[in-house]
Amino acid sequence: MTRGAPLLTIRDLTVEGHAGEDWQPIIENMNLTLHRGEVLGLIGESGAGKSTLGLAAMGFARDGCRISGGEILFDGIDLRKASERVKRGLRGQRIAYVAQSAAASFNPAHKLIDQYGEVPVLKGQPRRKVAAEAVALYRKMQLPAPEEIGFRYPHQVSGGQLQRAMTAMAMACRPDLIIFDEPTTALDVTTQIEVLSAIRDIVRDHDTAAIYITHDLAVVAQMADRIKILLRGREVEEADTRTMLASPKEDYTRSLWAVRSFQREVQPPATGQPLVSVQGVTAGYGKVDILHDISFDIHAGRTVAVVGESGSGKSTAARVITGLLPPRAGQVLFEGVPLPPDYRSRSRAQLRQCQMIYQMADTALNPKLRLRELIGRPAQMYLGLSGRALDSRVRELLDLIELEPDKFIDRLPGELSGGQKQRIGIARALAAEPRLIICDEVTSALDQIVQEGILKLLDKLQREFRLAYMFITHDLATVRAIADEVVIMQQGRIVEQGPKADIFSPPHEPYSELLLSSVPEMDPDWLNRLLKTRSLPGL
Amino acid sequence: MGVVVFLIAFVAVSIPLSWAFRAALARLLPRDMAYAAGTMPLTAAFGLMVVGLYVFVALFAPLLAPFPERAVVGSQFQPWDSTHWLGTDRLGRDMLSRLIYGARNTVGIAFATTALAFLVGSLLGIWAALRGGWLDQGLSRFVDALMAIPSLIFSLLLLTIFGTSVLTLILVIAAVDATRVYRIARSVAQGVVVMDYVEAARLRGEGTWYLIRREILPNALAPLVAEFGLRFCFVFLTISSLSFLGLGIQPPTADWGSMVRDNATLITFGDVTPLLPAGAIALLTVAVNFIVDWQLYRASGLKERI
Repeated sequence: MTRGAPLLTIRDLTVEGHAGEDWQPIIENMNLTLHRGEVLGLIGESGAGKSTLGLAAMGFARDGCRISGGEILFDGIDLRKASERVKRGLRGQRIAYVAQSAAASFNPAHKLIDQYGEVPVLKGQPRRKVAAEAVALYRKMQLPAPEEIGFRYPHQVSGGQLQRAMTAMAMACRPDLIIFDEPTTALDVTTQIEVLSAIRDIVRDHDTAAIYITHDLAVVAQMADRIKILLRGREVEEADTRTMLASPKEDYTRSLWAVRSFQREVQPPATGQPLVSVQGVTAGYGKVDILHDISFDIHAGRTVAVVGESGSGKSTAARVITGLLPPRAGQVLFEGVPLPPDYRSRSRAQLRQCQMIYQMADTALNPKLRLRELIGRPAQMYLGLSGRALDSRVRELLDLIELEPDKFIDRLPGELSGGQKQRIGIARALAAEPRLIICDEVTSALDQIVQEGILKLLDKLQREFRLAYMFITHDLATVRAIADEVVIMQQGRIVEQGPKADIFSPPHEPYSELLLSSVPEMDPDWLNRLLKTRSLPGL
Repeated sequence: MGVVVFLIAFVAVSIPLSWAFRAALARLLPRDMAYAAGTMPLTAAFGLMVVGLYVFVALFAPLLAPFPERAVVGSQFQPWDSTHWLGTDRLGRDMLSRLIYGARNTVGIAFATTALAFLVGSLLGIWAALRGGWLDQGLSRFVDALMAIPSLIFSLLLLTIFGTSVLTLILVIAAVDATRVYRIARSVAQGVVVMDYVEAARLRGEGTWYLIRREILPNALAPLVAEFGLRFCFVFLTISSLSFLGLGIQPPTADWGSMVRDNATLITFGDVTPLLPAGAIALLTVAVNFIVDWQLYRASGLKERI
């Protein structure tokens, strides 16, 4: 390949973060080169320094961080020595950044097209020309109704569309380099494909260089020319995508590759009376029905995975079971006895039987309570434990979730990592000694190695206590790993349900087919093949 | 010129004093509190020191004051001398003694009022946010209606109806201030009640009191603490203005607000004595806000920002 000088060169970069009294390195001695038209994938667990490196490529360090050593050369400009004014001129114009959550990064008070035009108009381009370009880019990003979508506010378009609008915004000034920071992590598989193919086309058409940050290997395999793997701020290895996938050199890389191998033992089909039976439930908010005539059973000691895109009614079904949303029709039976529709009229014993684990452990744990109270409270309430008995129960639970009791019992949630917080969520659910645990996307916010740990833990606990799980997820790889039975939902209706083996083997319902084929595979040609074989919805 | 010199001298003295005070606290307190005390900023140490001094003066006023609070002990407007250190007021009462008793009356009433306003306002606000629906609508609109009436006129009205005693003064100002606290507590709590952990606690079957006390209040505390510092100062001003109108603390009880007004004529003669009570209010205000800032910093976790 003949190429000119590299667009971006990072040599010996060290970024430090302020921790307590001293500076801890976040990235150490990092080297990186990127040519025009090239996409570099950055992979690592959370805390590996991916985002910090991405931001450093713009010569930027977050609050509390500093770039303390090395060189960042962008097209011959040394970003460490450049003045703030020069850097500001580059950012948004020649280097653009696409954040993980477009929903949180757009200003909700302005229309999309105004936000698109902010930088170009500021740099002196006529407003009308900018608007015309925006429409052209929206069309290229395969957004529906490109002429008018720009005049909507961020909350009026879907998450996937917003992410594409954000990519379009990054392209507004025809930058030489775009940094994508986990742009599809928050999206459903079916939406993810639309965004991925749009990003790939636009990068190719404009000969833009890109850094693509993700923890999803299958995604990066589709996007990147080269892959660089980071671990705790250091480079593990870097190679061509195909070489890397075929023959990783380092043990750590191989462990990343193997992470999705967890598979729980296949259970014999459940018989007898189901633990929970949802019968003909129709429910919704206000006048709108979200669920239409839903029925499924959950047996003791089994896992039912409820799968679907966002908005398919998965979480609403969970809210009906817990009693947060009384159904309009139908009922929920617990061991054959109907549960009162509203949680307020359920008895303590009934409430105890069904516990929840939430997607965002950050908002599910009260940040001001110590673990002792967080975990101990259900045991105190339902089982009447107090004093020494309560203390030893909390320690026992911490042991169960594989956290050292002495070290953790008096910590606050803020002093834990994401995976540890999710474990505390599990311990809190266990403390009530329930029969059913509803897991609402419990692994979606975690990276893959941590995810595997949580899934293994859930599996261990299920075998030990014969728990039933209702596992809500949009991640089919997780379903494959842990489910006994699968319920596929779309727009509030059950499309297909049955044992896992039946669902994952053909013939499929059309929607199941679409969902299953959308799960990225670790094959660099997968996206190309897929796009050839199907015309995507919404495209 | 003299003022500048005085200010410089004041700062120069208070810095080493605060430093020594902090070191002493860190040494004397039990271990878990000693860490917080040892790492607090000097401003907070200064604030604590001043508040401690005020509390001490208020508690031991009868022992500290050289003369009784209400007795006429000299002629009118005597200058500073060795018997009357700060001179006498327009009736011939000892200024220093009245200043010392004023700490007891003004600070005590202001503190009781603010504390009561916060207790009532924040509990009702959080309760309304938690329950929502008709209760929230009813309470909130009622509070809106109260807030629509200018607070001074409203206090005057209530004091005229219920008569002026210290107790009614406290209740009336607390009632007026509680509406402001209610608004803040409710809006902060509305952000907290939607959190998953509150939902989890509800599903667990927790009662309202537990939800307010353990799940919501600790997470709504930071803005409430900040508001406390500000409210405390406003209550001072309200008491002073009510005293000015003759409906506040009644003479002959010593009160810093009315002491400024009563002796204001002296200012025209270049005497700073009438400004001393005002200075006492200002110093306490600054001190309280220093402490509040420190608490806010600790409660909001700003220090952990990386």
